[in-house]
Amino acid sequence: MTILSIDGLSKTFDMHVLGDTQVVGLDDVSFDVQTGEFLAIVGESGSGKSSLLKCLYRTYEPNSGRVVYHGPTRDVDLASCPARTVIGLRRDVIGYTSQFLDEIPRVPAVDVVARPLVEQGHSRDDARETARDLLTALSVPRELWEAYPATFSGGERQRVNLAQAIAPRPAVLLLDEPTSALDPETRRAAIDLLSTYLDGETTVIGVFHDTNVVEAVADRVVVLDDGRLDRVVPVDEYDGEVVVE
Amino acid sequence: MSLLSADGVTRIYGSGCEACRDRTGDAAGTNQCPACGSVVACADVDLDLQPREVLGIVGESGSGKSSLAELLALEPNQDGHVHGSVEYANHPGNLLDVDYETRHALRNGHISLVHQHIRDGLDLDFSGGGNVAEKLLASGWRNYEDVRERVASLFEETEIPVERMDDPTHTYSGGMQRRVQIARALAINPEIVVLDEPTTGLDVSVQARVLDMFRRIQREEDVAAIVVSHDLGVVRLLADRTLVMRHGRVIESGLTDRVLEDPHHEYTQTLINSAI
Repeated sequence: MTILSIDGLSKTFDMHVLGDTQVVGLDDVSFDVQTGEFLAIVGESGSGKSSLLKCLYRTYEPNSGRVVYHGPTRDVDLASCPARTVIGLRRDVIGYTSQFLDEIPRVPAVDVVARPLVEQGHSRDDARETARDLLTALSVPRELWEAYPATFSGGERQRVNLAQAIAPRPAVLLLDEPTSALDPETRRAAIDLLSTYLDGETTVIGVFHDTNVVEAVADRVVVLDDGRLDRVVPVDEYDGEVVVE
Repeated sequence: MSLLSADGVTRIYGSGCEACRDRTGDAAGTNQCPACGSVVACADVDLDLQPREVLGIVGESGSGKSSLAELLALEPNQDGHVHGSVEYANHPGNLLDVDYETRHALRNGHISLVHQHIRDGLDLDFSGGGNVAEKLLASGWRNYEDVRERVASLFEETEIPVERMDDPTHTYSGGMQRRVQIARALAINPEIVVLDEPTTGLDVSVQARVLDMFRRIQREEDVAAIVVSHDLGVVRLLADRTLVMRHGRVIESGLTDRVLEDPHHEYTQTLINSAI
């Protein structure tokens, strides 16, 4: 079953502060995403990987094209639906995480991870318990759970970030280089957690630089080149090319 | 379903003339009418707030944010001409036209304002507890024990040391005074809280605590909020949707992360590029 249909998606930035320069982020990108699949987006720096994720999440407003989410009851075009529809879908259906944790300072790590669960209506105690389980699975040291992520190392912060993103088990999860700051062992733990905790129920679209990660987790690979779709291939036909960094 | 909606809200300080609206605003590059000298604090503002939603309003000093906030929060202000309408789900008619009694009732039961300037919102010679209790008395609370109990629980909720409740408010730190204001605003279980520059004048560590405290209470108690700030970080952390104002007009609006990461208007791009 198709969960997302991306059709002719384009994004151009009008940089008024740079003398109205136009910067092309994405140019006429189309592909479908199947329910429960793990899609890796690869490409050189500046090829539009993050722009694509942000257009799917509507942090960037596409100039043209459609991103149709085929929900249980109706289809919604994420590229053009009202802001409030997007807010509702973000709470219940679509998760997003970037490389950088974006949280109020001075909130303990366990509460940062628990927050989306509380917002979905889970009790604070249940949410914190799930949060502790996820932090354990990602080997975040116990003594950090009640500490503030602002004081953490890059890798620790990234694990808190990832735990927060997967905690609510969204139907669609958008990950922007979620493992870039992790050492190989922790990275493996993170990848394992994505498959065990999400249990194939979640459709994941992720940007990854590491070919090993792509080969370990992805079902299919979307290759972007200079804002355009180069190809979409099953992972066993993916030769690792383009991932140059 | 809208909780609060504004349609064409305008406030003009001065005599006003027919040219005022046409000759001010973003394209004109000023909020002062060149024909009559009146200041168009805000004009033609449309907005819509739903239950539990947090709406951010950003812009530089003088862009009209506070004028708009005061109108939405029913702040009494005899100056200037007001046009447009504000509809509130729990009261029929235009809130901009209500009489004194209705305004008093709405402000003491439905819509609260946290002032930008502490002295506008608190009597610093009163005790902190007294400032909060005053709001309860205005909304009809009479029993002394009930009032004290409620004030103590509001102090706890807003993280003010309860043992300081009877000390004069001028002996409180800036962060505590801000929390007293928030406690006072929440005392009446409002449907809507309007926060005008909630972190101005607070040092950075206190800002974070105030924002986190407010966000927790806002979500736990399902209060809708309008947060006015010149600080993009504040709306980024609190607001679902954000309006950008300049020269008294709304020039851009949308999902907060969209406005901050994919700003369309030239002024918004400048604002975001100038943020430290």
